[in-house]
Amino acid sequence: MSAALREPEPKYISGAEGEWEVVIGMEVHAQVASEAKLFSGASTSFGAEPNANVSLVDAAMPGMLPVVNAFCVEQAVRTGLGIAARINLRSGFDRKNYFYPDLPQGYQISQFKTPVVGEGEVLVELEPGVARKVGVERIHLEQDAGKSIHDLDPESSFVDLNRSGVALMEIVSKPDMRSAEEAGAYLRKLRTILRYLGTSDGDMEKGNLRADVNVSVRRPGGPLGTRCEIKNVNSIRFVMQAVETEARRQIAILEDGGEIDQETRLFDPRKLETRAMRSKEEAQDYRYFPDPDLPPLVLTEAFVEGIRAGLPELPDAKTARLVAQYGVTDYDASVLAAERASADFFEEAAQGRDGKSVANWIINELFGRLNKEGLDLAASPISTAQIGGVVDLVAKGDISGKIAKDLFEILWTEGGDPAALVEARGMRQVTDEGAIEAAVDAVIAANPEKVEQAKAKPSLAGWFVGQAMKAMGGKANPQALNELVKRKLGVE
Amino acid sequence: MSVDAEDVRRAAKLARIAVKTEELEPLAAELNGILTWIEQLNEVDVEGVEPLTTPNVADARQRPDVVTDGNIQEKILMNAPETREGFFVVPKVVE
Repeated sequence: MSAALREPEPKYISGAEGEWEVVIGMEVHAQVASEAKLFSGASTSFGAEPNANVSLVDAAMPGMLPVVNAFCVEQAVRTGLGIAARINLRSGFDRKNYFYPDLPQGYQISQFKTPVVGEGEVLVELEPGVARKVGVERIHLEQDAGKSIHDLDPESSFVDLNRSGVALMEIVSKPDMRSAEEAGAYLRKLRTILRYLGTSDGDMEKGNLRADVNVSVRRPGGPLGTRCEIKNVNSIRFVMQAVETEARRQIAILEDGGEIDQETRLFDPRKLETRAMRSKEEAQDYRYFPDPDLPPLVLTEAFVEGIRAGLPELPDAKTARLVAQYGVTDYDASVLAAERASADFFEEAAQGRDGKSVANWIINELFGRLNKEGLDLAASPISTAQIGGVVDLVAKGDISGKIAKDLFEILWTEGGDPAALVEARGMRQVTDEGAIEAAVDAVIAANPEKVEQAKAKPSLAGWFVGQAMKAMGGKANPQALNELVKRKLGVE
Repeated sequence: MSVDAEDVRRAAKLARIAVKTEELEPLAAELNGILTWIEQLNEVDVEGVEPLTTPNVADARQRPDVVTDGNIQEKILMNAPETREGFFVVPKVVE
């Protein structure tokens, strides 16, 4: 990434009466990639029989005591270090009290007073050279609740406690985002960082990454407005839509002379609207207090430094290195660095080759194709060696860019060695001037009237190139062919 | 610090405990008695002392990330008033 990053230009929403700025903060819940739960030895695996991944601790049977999972603590610290945050060597667990059928304890164990991770920062690149610094207020560890299913029976709700007690990291941002795009890009960046660190798989489809989005609007430069919290948004696209929808709702109320009630709302992606979720009659009162079952979480400097020493290269550093080391553009570097696997794939393919060409082939051809077929890079039928082979053949002038695309198609569907395929199928481009000249001469001889026209209109040369190329089965060296046609026609 | 009948009503509601209206005043008086008794602790000088949330600080064990529990669906559901297909069944709750 280039050194000079600009803040994005202000992006205002036009209301009926002037412009508005939207202010966004986010609480992201990321499931820790642990085998067992935060305070019990039950499994976190997805898709188990209902209530199979439940221990007596998770079901809140009397007399059960929670014992914290060391790996989960480590992942929270790792995530904190990944966003350059302060680590609190002494933190504690508190009880957040409320009643709901999928919360058997009657309280959630969370970290209220002192979280394990303090202030940090996420750099959100919006376009090359333009980035928003989004502050992170804190990251704390907490238990997930169980799952209630309301649509299996008209009179009853069904409760599955498999998720009950699964470790979540709640990552709380500052209200630093100013548009739906920034909110979407922040969540995407956060997910990339989590995946690099390996602390959460960030799988939004499984609910392993969810966002509560705080939205308010104000006049540009004016005081902050009253915010509403949109709960449990589970895709990046929905986050962007929810911000847009909620901002417009608030603007309409304010321009009508109304006031915004601070409340919790739900986003309905089908109707593209948000609606109030909880009754406001009695304000939420969670009566937090320190959990007497759990001693304070005390970490040592050595433990934290040990984790820091083992951090992988993070997305921003990787992007910068790809630019410096391989000469790819900022944009290509950030596309490649979006997933650790794609950056690794690129680096393997680019060994000893022109980085720009390799990046082009991977991003435009391979990613384009994978995307179209709905495949992951891990399922790619084309290997780094094959991509490298194609780039080498083009670089040596053995095949033209157009033939290379045909070769890519063969590699995708049939596989094989690129160089061997080119030989076996006669795809090598013809650089022999004599052969090209013969083809050009034939086209010229067959079209005397076009030759006349071309003298007045030099752009017609392209037509001759096309005809000769066709006659040669697309295998003529395009540059040699171009030059020959121009010379023969006597045009420039 | 003291509480009145309204505080008691609110605390009872938050704790999901049914308290009759005529019980609110007597409960407030009892609670105020307890609060006054506890307030004696304010006389102790705790300047510079870390709050103690548990006497068990020595036992700050952590567990390894290993699955050692679960697959006891029958036991988990054993005391539930109603179950179906492995789920707890409760009166409909929809936000």
